[in-house]
Amino acid sequence: MAHSESTGAPLLAVMDLRVNYGGIEAVKGVSFAVEEGEMVCLIGANGAGKTSTLKALARMLPAGGEIHYAGRRIEAAPPHALIGMGLALVPEGRGVFARLSVAENLAMGAYHRRDGEIAADLERVHELLPRLRERARQLAGTLSGGEQQMLAIGRALMGRPRLLLLDEPSMGLAPLMVQKVFEVIRTVAAQGVTILLVEQNARLALDVCNRGYVMESGRITLADTAASLAADPRVRAAYLGE
Amino acid sequence: MDIFLQQVFNGLTLGSIYALVALGYTMVYGILGLINFAHGEVVMIGALTALAAANALLALGLPVPLVLLLALLAAALVCMALGFTIERVAYRPLRNAPRLAPLITAIGVSIVLQQLAMLIWGRRYHSVPQLLPSGSHTIFGAQVTEVQMIIMATAALTMLALTQLVNRTRLGRAMRATSESPSIAALMGVDANRIIALTFVIGSGLAALAGVMVSANYGITHYHMGFLLGLKAFTAAVLGGIGNLAGAMVGGVLLGVIEALGAGYIGDLTGGVFGSNYQDVFAFFVLIVVLIFRPSGLMGEKVSERA
Repeated sequence: MAHSESTGAPLLAVMDLRVNYGGIEAVKGVSFAVEEGEMVCLIGANGAGKTSTLKALARMLPAGGEIHYAGRRIEAAPPHALIGMGLALVPEGRGVFARLSVAENLAMGAYHRRDGEIAADLERVHELLPRLRERARQLAGTLSGGEQQMLAIGRALMGRPRLLLLDEPSMGLAPLMVQKVFEVIRTVAAQGVTILLVEQNARLALDVCNRGYVMESGRITLADTAASLAADPRVRAAYLGE
Repeated sequence: MDIFLQQVFNGLTLGSIYALVALGYTMVYGILGLINFAHGEVVMIGALTALAAANALLALGLPVPLVLLLALLAAALVCMALGFTIERVAYRPLRNAPRLAPLITAIGVSIVLQQLAMLIWGRRYHSVPQLLPSGSHTIFGAQVTEVQMIIMATAALTMLALTQLVNRTRLGRAMRATSESPSIAALMGVDANRIIALTFVIGSGLAALAGVMVSANYGITHYHMGFLLGLKAFTAAVLGGIGNLAGAMVGGVLLGVIEALGAGYIGDLTGGVFGSNYQDVFAFFVLIVVLIFRPSGLMGEKVSERA
């Protein structure tokens, strides 16, 4: 699934991104980049603008600024065109189609594809997330929160993403389930998918990622490797509860 | 002759037509949360287009089955184009407007279509040429015409096909996903505008078929026929649970039977004070009862907050 960009430009480069909702500026000009194969997190408190940033990248919210992805400007692209370029979002709250079965949700993940390898990818997703095979015929709305999160990730993988945006995958899950979800995310990253992760659980996010950005009231206030951020006293005090 | 069974068969015929029209309301509501009040007028345009096409083709001396097929095709094409245009011109610009705006627009579109039809076809009633076999059969003591049988069978097959399309195909899956969440479906690469346009086109095709059936059933048609039929089909969709396909089918058939039985027995029940000309009252009586006791309808999940 990994590609290498001959230009050497990052896979995703965001410049001066601004998001307004009803008069409130949720994101106030943030700039950051994600290299191919990296695992990067955006951490910060509730309301810092992390989810708005991801939604703007997925074109679910109108935004100002520039978004460069895989050598293209995508800030004016229609939202349904992104998955065809390999950009997938696992939304906050998981966003599974509750009235569709698990199998149908996974099939929706491959909606844009016309190649002959969908069945093979389904097999791979089932190997990674065996629970989804067991529950294939069940309506997604009847799954537990953790299973829905697994389904949302599996559905995104069915689209063969090159860059996977994950919005709060640990939200509302029991600690054991959070561990499982993050194991899956690590496996996906190891298979070469570039990941941009938004998390309130900073400890977990910094533990799995290579680099991180800290967001505070709509701005990026710190940017460093995950290890340095985890060691930074400001981060430790504000986000790691020390 | 058994009046009960007779009225049940009449009701099933009428109900199959209501069901086809109700599907158009429910599909659009399911995906946009919009009550497309112009839908009844699309049925009327379908009926009158088919009539015009049939008369022209009969004048050419074409064989009757071919005339029927071509007239139906002409009506379907005109209605589909009309449904597509209505969505594009009247509703799409209001996609993010306050919810009353598209509702009022729908009423406006319906007036425009009605007046347009009046200008084209005039205010008079048109009699419809007999294109379907005119025989009838006695079933359990009730007289069932071949026209009624054809209407019921065609409606049943059409609904079966639609159910398969929605539940078994890639397009149907995308339609259901979009009706649940257009923005999440877009993340999967679904172009919501395309799905919405297709929903209008499919619903309008069903409306064309229903229009032909109504005129075949009554042998008469005019520019004002869409209004009451549309309201009743909307009632059927609400009765079944608006937004729910199976609900529209069940609601349509049920409403037709209720109406026919009501018309059949109202004279006896009121000692002759009210006659079967009060038939139309039943549909709206049902609507009021449903809205009071089960606003989500027979098969609806929950009451939507959208208008």
